[in-house]
Amino acid sequence: MSDDLNNLYRDILMEHYKFPRGRKKLEHADIHNEGQNPSCGDELEMELQLDGDKIKDIYVSCVGCAVSVASGSMLADTIKGKTLAEVKKIAAVIRGMLKGEDVPDNIDLGDLESLRGVKKFPVRIKCALLSWTTLIDALAAREQGAEIRTSTTE
Amino acid sequence: MKSHRQILEMSGGVPTVTSFKPERIKLDFPIFTRTVHGKPLIYLDSAATTQKPQVVLDTIEKYYSYQNANVHRGLHTLAEEATAAYEATRTKVAEFIGGVKPEEVIFTRNATEAINIVAQSWGEANVRHGDRIVITQMEHHANLVPWLMLSRKTGAKLKYIKITGDGLLDLSDIDEIIDSRTKIVALTQMSNVLGTINPVEEIIEIAHKKGAMVLIDGAQSVPHLPVDIKALHADFLAFSAHKMLGPTGIGILYGKQEFLEKMEPVTYGGEMISDVRFESVRWNTLPWKFEAGTPHIAGAAAFGAALQYLQNLGMDNIRRHELELTAYALERLAALDFIKVFGPTDPEKRGGAIAFADNDIHPHDLATFLDTLGIAVRAGHHCAQPLTKLLGVSSTTRASIYIYNTTDDIDHLADGLNEARKYFRYV
Repeated sequence: MSDDLNNLYRDILMEHYKFPRGRKKLEHADIHNEGQNPSCGDELEMELQLDGDKIKDIYVSCVGCAVSVASGSMLADTIKGKTLAEVKKIAAVIRGMLKGEDVPDNIDLGDLESLRGVKKFPVRIKCALLSWTTLIDALAAREQGAEIRTSTTE
Repeated sequence: MKSHRQILEMSGGVPTVTSFKPERIKLDFPIFTRTVHGKPLIYLDSAATTQKPQVVLDTIEKYYSYQNANVHRGLHTLAEEATAAYEATRTKVAEFIGGVKPEEVIFTRNATEAINIVAQSWGEANVRHGDRIVITQMEHHANLVPWLMLSRKTGAKLKYIKITGDGLLDLSDIDEIIDSRTKIVALTQMSNVLGTINPVEEIIEIAHKKGAMVLIDGAQSVPHLPVDIKALHADFLAFSAHKMLGPTGIGILYGKQEFLEKMEPVTYGGEMISDVRFESVRWNTLPWKFEAGTPHIAGAAAFGAALQYLQNLGMDNIRRHELELTAYALERLAALDFIKVFGPTDPEKRGGAIAFADNDIHPHDLATFLDTLGIAVRAGHHCAQPLTKLLGVSSTTRASIYIYNTTDDIDHLADGLNEARKYFRYV
């Protein structure tokens, strides 16, 4: 198979797809948002529970392709326990990376490293972005005291 | 060694029935000389748009190189030639769909625009609060949204003919759905997702008995089946050139003269008027009343070449070829226990647009994988979101065939589906 394809569907990504994290519904949620890419049919639900300015727990449920599900699963893994400031920073880095920007040297991406292969497939970037945009929009709305119901990357 | 095209030219460009060989037809399409990811292109997305034969491409080039002028308004040679080429295709279309009058054939941008003209012009003048508009659950958005908007604007009720589990129209309560309040029934002759060929003749008869008009969305049927709109007695027919070897940006609205005469244009400008004063305007006669502005002249000329190409092959022969290939594809897919095919299992009841789902692999991952093998299929809801939801999935993968597809292409698809299982480690 082509190197590009192997770079897209890395083992780590497929592992997250088949066994996604953050699938346990929260008892109490402070932030709620949904993601939808209507032309794909991808649908995502996200809930965050805060403890001060930290993400105490997260629920992400995504119905979609391997890339969108895995990206959401990695998001859940990554942001749990982090402060809102840290989360915003990493979300911005991932969004930039998917759009072809360089990742700062001092950032440890962990499993998220495996999303690097997506940018070679322009039509699939929106899949990887869906969960991150849903998160970024939800945090921005909270800061502004605005209401939010859905986000999209289409 | 002579190319297929050279052989055809020697024989007057008319292939005989026995010469319907997709392998040879492929040679007329330059796109099949290219590779995708280093593999020969296997194009299985003709329901989205078909590839173009050299003769269509040549016609576009010839038009812009040697005939380019605006139509209907110049007194010079080029303008006459451009007008002749444009109008010749209109006449050809009129013959192609069963020998209707050329003035009943209107050039549009595509099937979508054709349907919108009817919904806006005829619809807003004739549909009232309390009336009914009837469509089916398997409509493309192009034949759903215009009617949804019309029902919102007028207060008419939009009713859907349901589909059965095997993807056929459920006609059990058709007499209740198409009732005396029904003003128009708009339905596809062939589903772009399920492939289903609908019994439009029967539905037209029922609708006419109740005093309702019928619009046929022929975007998928006209390219693949012999369609005799006169024999069907349909009131309107919409289809697009690009799904039948022609260029994008040009489509057809056929309408019975008696209705078109009474309809108001929806776009205003040059070409569609006969007399303009500072205070008043008189519309042009049919068909130009509906063709405001400079039309897609090169597109019309090239569409003429596409129609000629199809006629040379013969629409009956095309249907026979696709029937055989669809049967073969259904058989190959049925043998894969991890694949579920949507739509009728009987190839006689369907065309060659075949939507399916892998039990484990998402359609987008599957399409990306197949693409690396050079196989072009479509993944998504195919502009029929309500239908996709009804099928209980968020999206499907669709393989769709045309005159240039071979059993070899289907074998590649089946092999590709097997390989995908291995690649994504489901076996």
